[in-house]
Amino acid sequence: MSVLTPELLTNIGKEAEPKTEVVTRRDIRKYSIATGQTLKRYLDGDEAPPLYHVALFWDVVEMDELSPDGVSIDRLLPKFPLERAMAGGLDIEYHGKIKAGDVLTANRTLTDIYEKEGRSGPLIFYEVVMEVTREDGSIAVREKTTRILR
Amino acid sequence: MKPGELSVGDTLPERELVCDNVQLFFYNAALWNAHRIHYDLPYATDVEGYPGLVVAGPLMGDWIAQVVDEWIEGENAELVRFEYSNRQAAYTGDKLTTGGEIAAIDGNDVTVDLYVKNADGEVITPGKAVVRIN
Repeated sequence: MSVLTPELLTNIGKEAEPKTEVVTRRDIRKYSIATGQTLKRYLDGDEAPPLYHVALFWDVVEMDELSPDGVSIDRLLPKFPLERAMAGGLDIEYHGKIKAGDVLTANRTLTDIYEKEGRSGPLIFYEVVMEVTREDGSIAVREKTTRILR
Repeated sequence: MKPGELSVGDTLPERELVCDNVQLFFYNAALWNAHRIHYDLPYATDVEGYPGLVVAGPLMGDWIAQVVDEWIEGENAELVRFEYSNRQAAYTGDKLTTGGEIAAIDGNDVTVDLYVKNADGEVITPGKAVVRIN
């Protein structure tokens, strides 16, 4: 029996509100130090390391918007019948560098929800695509997140 | 860097990493990530049943991006694609190793398999990158 209802599947294609952020030298420096980068241009904040956009577009939520485990609730996602998050991963395409002073916009879309039978019961997979564009509308980063719930 | 000078199986330099509380704090602060498993030890152990504070998954993803990024530094090559998945958790204080090896060469595109291994040599975060030689 499927755990995914037709109603749940209607969420495929849902889009989050676009978010625009300014890339600052200070934020690149913090990210670069925190991740243990070794290249000077990252540590100096001139250019962003390849996974910097993950931090740039992490939701800045208020404290009362956190669930008891401290996680911010992603409003793009429906309430799934399985809630324990297992492995996750990212698949990223790059189109040029991100530098201090860039103004970037992220558009996130819930692109897929599907189910597989795991060893100890059903697993729900969902995919979210985030497209990061530059001020001229050209794409900088296209990232697909896949998450598994059990 | 020229495709003809590279071979499938060539390895990228390994690096040993240990994430401590300070790095994990800085990383999650840079993201604005308040997930308790990364800083609240009683919560991580008593409520979630982890043996310690959990190293953030995307931090390990970043570490393996650094393997390929440092390999192409100063070369006529760019990172065009990168993927990773977090398969097993790691904890603060764990001795981890990052590295990689060339998996395929297709024209000017070089595919590299990447990893974070734990002290038992298990790959806990595999990844893959495509580097384009210009």
